Formats: sequence, C-alpha cells, structure tokens
Amino acid sequence: MASVSVPGETVRGGLLRRPRSTAGFWSWVTTVDHKRIGILYGATAFFFFLVGGVEALFIRLQLAQPDGKILSPSTYNEFFTMHGLTMIFLVVMPLSAAFFNYLIPLMIGARDVAFPRLNAFSCWLFLFAGLFIYSSFALGGAPNGGWFGYAPLSTVEPGNNMLFYSTGLLMAGIASTVSAVNLAVTIINMRAPGMTMFRMPVFIWMALVVQFLLAFSLPIITVGLFESLFDRRFGTHFFDPAAGGDPVLWQHLFWLFGHPEVYILILPAMGIVSEILPVFARKPLFGYQFVVFSGIAIGFIGFGVWAHHMFATGLGPVANTAFGISTMIIAIPTGVKIFNWLGTIWRGDLRFTTPMLFALGFIAQFVVGGLSGVTHAVVPADYQQTDTYYIVAHFHYVLFAGAIFGLFGGMYYWWPKIFGRMLNERVGKVQFWIMAVGANLTFGPMHILGLEGMPRRIQTYTPALGLGVWNLVVTIGAFTIAVSVLIFIGNAVASFRRPKDAPADPWDARTLEWTVPSPPPPHNFDEIPVVHALDDFWHRKYAETEEGTLVPVPAGGSGDPRSDDAHGSGHGIHLPSPSYYPVIAALGFPLIGYGVIFHWWMAVAGAVVVLAGLYGWAFEPAAE
Amino acid sequence: MSATDLQVDERAVRRTSSPVMGMVLFVAGEAMFFAAFFAGYFQFRSQAKVWPPASVGTPEISIPAVLTAILVTSSIVLQLGLRAVARGRVATFERLLLLTILLGVCFLALQAYDYSQLTFGIKGGIYPSLFYVMTGLHMAHVVGGVVLLSVVGAQTLTGQISQRHHEPVEAAAIYWHFVDIVWLGLFTVYYVAVPR
Repeated sequence: MASVSVPGETVRGGLLRRPRSTAGFWSWVTTVDHKRIGILYGATAFFFFLVGGVEALFIRLQLAQPDGKILSPSTYNEFFTMHGLTMIFLVVMPLSAAFFNYLIPLMIGARDVAFPRLNAFSCWLFLFAGLFIYSSFALGGAPNGGWFGYAPLSTVEPGNNMLFYSTGLLMAGIASTVSAVNLAVTIINMRAPGMTMFRMPVFIWMALVVQFLLAFSLPIITVGLFESLFDRRFGTHFFDPAAGGDPVLWQHLFWLFGHPEVYILILPAMGIVSEILPVFARKPLFGYQFVVFSGIAIGFIGFGVWAHHMFATGLGPVANTAFGISTMIIAIPTGVKIFNWLGTIWRGDLRFTTPMLFALGFIAQFVVGGLSGVTHAVVPADYQQTDTYYIVAHFHYVLFAGAIFGLFGGMYYWWPKIFGRMLNERVGKVQFWIMAVGANLTFGPMHILGLEGMPRRIQTYTPALGLGVWNLVVTIGAFTIAVSVLIFIGNAVASFRRPKDAPADPWDARTLEWTVPSPPPPHNFDEIPVVHALDDFWHRKYAETEEGTLVPVPAGGSGDPRSDDAHGSGHGIHLPSPSYYPVIAALGFPLIGYGVIFHWWMAVAGAVVVLAGLYGWAFEPAAE
Repeated sequence: MSATDLQVDERAVRRTSSPVMGMVLFVAGEAMFFAAFFAGYFQFRSQAKVWPPASVGTPEISIPAVLTAILVTSSIVLQLGLRAVARGRVATFERLLLLTILLGVCFLALQAYDYSQLTFGIKGGIYPSLFYVMTGLHMAHVVGGVVLLSVVGAQTLTGQISQRHHEPVEAAAIYWHFVDIVWLGLFTVYYVAVPR
C-alpha cells in the first residue's frame, strides 16, 4: 500500500477496477485523499456539534427556572446523555481527527497517510456510528444512562436505549482504533527526509501521543462495552452482584479508558495552541523539548489516575490516597506547558489575530478548569464535589472553554490553507469575545451551584432551594454561546462567497503546510521537502543578525515559496486511487449493530457486507 | 538498493514496513483488550471460594489440548510460509498458507464441538460469563485471522504478493501468532491452572 509510486511503475495485480471520478458526489464517497477525509471529518463533527448544542440549549431551557416543564424526566435523561456522548465522541474526537488527517501529512512532508483506504474506512465508520446512535431516537429511545453508562443501571433498565450506547460506542471505537494505528504509523514512518522526531511540530507530537492513548485505552472500554452488551442481551452476569458479578468492574474499565480519553480530547487543542502562539508572537516555542516531554508524560500518567473518578465508590483510603497523589502529579506536566506558552508570548511581537485570541482564551480558561481539577485530587473535598454542578463546571471549562476554544482557533488558523479563503478577521474577533463571555457566563456560575449542592443530572429543582438565579444566568450564557456559533457559521458561509485568494502563507508561519499553495494540490508537495531544522520554513524565510534581530532571507533564495510562481501540476506523481470498498465495509457495521439489538439475520447480512467490502479491497489493485 | 528503490523511498525512516508497524501497534492494543479480560478473571477468581464453581465442575482438558496443538502447529506452519515467500518460493508459501487456513478452520470446528459438549450455559453465573465471553471473543479473533489470511491468499492469487512485496504476510503472521499466544493464556487459566 505504498502511497507514492514511481512514475511508470506497472500496476501490481488485482482484478477489480478502481473508481476514477475526481469531482462530484462519488469522488467524495470514494476518496482516499487525507485532505478530503479531513474535511469530511470536520463537516460531520461540526454537524454533530450543532446537534449536541441544541440538546444543551433544551437542557438549559428546562433548568432556567425552578419546576421547569420543557422536557419530561425521561426525555431529559436522553438529552443529557446524548449531549455528553455527542460532544465527546462525535465532536471533539472527530474534530481533532479532522485536523490530524488534514495536517499530519502536510506537516511532516508526506503525500498521504500510511494506509489511505483504512483512513476512509475510519471516517465512514465514525459517521455511521454517529447516525446509528442517533437513530435510537426513532427506534424506541436514545441512551439515557449518562455518558459513562454506569452498571447496573445500564444493564437492568428496560428498553433498548443502552444497547444503542454499547453497540454504537463499539463501532466508534473500532473507527478510532483503526485511525489511531494509521496515523501513528504515518507519523513514525512517513516523515520527509531530515524530519527527525525532534524536528516535528509540537502539534504532530501531541497527535502521536493521542494516537497511542487511543490505541491502548479504547480496547479497555471495548471490554466493558462487550460485557455490558452480553449482560443485557445474552444473560451473562458481569455486573450483577446477585450472581457473583461486580458493578465496580464497569467503573474501573470505563475510567481506565475514560481518563486517558480526557487527554485524547485536550492534547490536540494543546498542540494547536502550541502552533498558533509562536506564529503570532514571532518567537519559537519556548522550551520545545519540555512541551513535548510534558505531553508524553501526560500520556503515561494519564493511565494511572482513573480512580479519582471513583473516590466516592468506596475503594478504601489507601487506593483513594494513591490516586489523589497521582492526580496531583499529573498537574505538573500540564503546568509546565502553561508556563512554556507564557514564555512563548513573553516579550513577543504579538499580533492579536482571531486564532491568537482563541489560543490565549484557551490558556486562560484552561487554567481555571485545571485548577478546579486539582481540587478534585483532594479526596475529602471530592466527596463533597462529586456528582454536583462543580464537576460539570470543571469539565466544561477544560472541554468547552479549553478544547473547543483551541479547535476554533485551529479553524480560524488553518481555514485559509484548507479552503483557500480567509475568514473575516473582524467578525472572528467579535465571535471570540461573545463566545468567551458566553462560556464564562455559562460555566462560571456552575461552580457556585455545585458548591451550593445542586446535583448534576437532575431534571428540575424546587424554588425553595434558591438555585433559580444562577441557573437563569447559566441559561443566558448558553444562548450567548449559541449566538457566537451562529456568527461563526455566517463567517464561514461568507468566506465561500469570496474568491479563492488566500496566499500560501498568510500568517507568516513556521511549518511545512504553509509552503504549499492554499488549498494544497492533491499530491501536496511537488517535491518532497528536505528538512534541516525545527521550524524549517521559518529559517528559510528569516535569518538572525548577530544582535538577534530577524532579517528576511532575500526572495528567490532556495526553497522560498514566494519565488515559486509556477507550481508543478503533479504529473508523474502516482497517488493512491479512490476506492468503493472502505465505505462498503463500514456500511456493514451498523447493520451488525441493528442485528445485535433487533434480529440476528440483520447481523448476518451486515457481516456479509463487511466481508464483501474486505474482499473487494483485497482484489482491487494497489494503485492504478 | 536499486535506483528505483531510492526513488520510491521518500521517507525519513527507510527500513520499517508500514503494514508490519501498524500490525504491531494494533496487536499491542489488542493485548490491552485481553489483559482487561484476564484482570477481570483474576479479580473474580480471587474472590471466589471454589473455582471453578461446583455447578461447572472440573473442565475436561482433552479437546482443549488438541485445540492448543492445532493452533501452535498453525503458527509454525505460517512462519515457515513467511520464510518461504521472503526467499522467493511463492508456490511453497501458497501451500503453507492454505494449510494454516485449514488448521484455523479445524480449530473453529473443534471448538464449536467442544462448546456443544459443555454442561453449563452462558447464563449460569460469573464463571460461565467469563468463560464463554473470553473464549468466544478469542474465537472471533480466530475467525478474523482466517479472514485476514484468506485476504492475503486473495492478494497472492492476484499477484500482489511476491518476494519484494510480502509485508502483508508478515503483518498477518504477527496477528496470527498473537491470537495463538492469547489462546495459550486462556488454556492455562481455564484448563491447566485449576484444581484437579
């Protein structure tokens, strides 16, 4: 499955022809181009972002006043569960995957990922898994046991709701595992000459850590999901204490995945911020090695803190103390990164563009979430905080005010590269400020509500509790966020009405993706770059005088893209051909899922479809 | 290295095969999958007064012993096949690959027969839950392995596997050996390391 082949190399075997269309609907369905797949991931994730956002707005309408009557208790359970599942598995993970897919090959100087067809398979399977989970609304009820689906509630409650949870997440897990292996191999094995590990952009390092976290943590929740599925569907007793099972086993399996998952969600945004800050401070990242090793340390320690989600479960003082300490330890590498980012902007030549604002917003707000996270490490305090809105405040500060802000920064930053059009800067800044106000208005008062004792996941509360005022503020904040998202959509739509005139390097950036035209040609690089240093592109543009001031390298110097008017057409570069089979193989999985829930013959049909996809895959030629 | 090879290789790391590296990573993740099951097994076993429970009794070891022999043999056969294709003896490889697939199918058939002989069902408590789900998911991995090997076979028949392009065989072999090793673990905890 070589992604690059020699001009004129003969086709190696295969019986079936491969699709050839390069434009239109089928070209997108059959694409194996990492850039198109990245866009597909991003579009799908953004769609689910809107869906999950609407769910959040309904939740907030319900809670805006005491004795709310907007959502019935059972619908409320479905909405908060689906809001969590959507935002974690169908928004932040795939939106990060969109950046990974689009940027990894461009940033390391490759033409595509290691396994282009597997990449397409992961993308389609993720989409089908999302649609599968959402189809539950029409098929008797959506998952309603919370995003962490605690047993035995998830295994004894009537209805198919939580079966959609376990089968849907199994599918999403397969998609993520396959993609993790693919991207990890791409980063390790497909780098351009001279792109050593310690010349890779920090974003690529964070991507690599995330792929390892995915590859090692997803199998653990897969075990839990299988056990939960079998308990419900086939009468096993893994989580049933009456028959010798143990519900705490689910919690261990879930959080052994669930805590690395937290870093899976935040490290991509940290990588994006680490790319944005040096560009708009016009300084190299402060302490590159420290940022990289902190990311790696977070990856390792992230596997050793899971039981801090379970302090109130009753594991005993020794276990609680040990996990309290490990939780405090993991704050250290995170703090190291914060100080490195501050060091990067310290005395920098700052340009407050929209991406920069989002990156700075990320740092400020992530610190708030990080500090409330450290308070959870104090076990007695956690006993009070657990399952209150204080927890909700904490993880929304890191995931929304943190990860989503970082991802929005990434969208503003790379939009011109991906679509060849700039987003409007003025509108972007307005959006940033509305979003920042909205986020703090929404998630700030939740700290107070939590400390006042408001439990999470309650459908309503009585006026006597005196929680009405802050809840109203939170609801107003949520709608403020919605306004900012609408502004972003307007900005995005407007950008497509303007001509494709973004230059190759609009931000005066440092990494390889800015050396190619915007948008990049299908083959990425006319000639695979040879890398000589960290921030190689920057060093091609600027030299330093003896006093340390930057002077531009004269235009026309070797490798300067500004002198390179006529980019090659890419003739003679063989790219992997499109294929029908990834989407066919992925299509079988939801059928298997419905089969597990409803009728076994659907599972058989699904397995046949998967096998058909696989064998078609094997019989088509490697390249055409 | 010929001039063509130099042209093909535009990468920083030159000697590592992507399919092999991908499979090693995948199998490492799979190891976490089975490790989580085994951890659950030992947790439940350490809490139980009698293991296996009286309702199950001491499991019969003869058929599982044959299953072990089949799977270990198939691993050796596949490794010989890999060596053959790496040395350019594609015809020998094809025969050994076919033999591996047949041994895999024999394993599946015999294990299905073994299930039919058991006196306890999946609903009979925590031991049957663990036993059926762990061995069943391992069986699913053997099915996956047979499919994977047959896909490699399909690639061989269409001329996509040769001495120079035998990375898929190596990757498939890594997976097959892994499934073999997991079985040795299952065989140990369910049949060997039990009071007799």
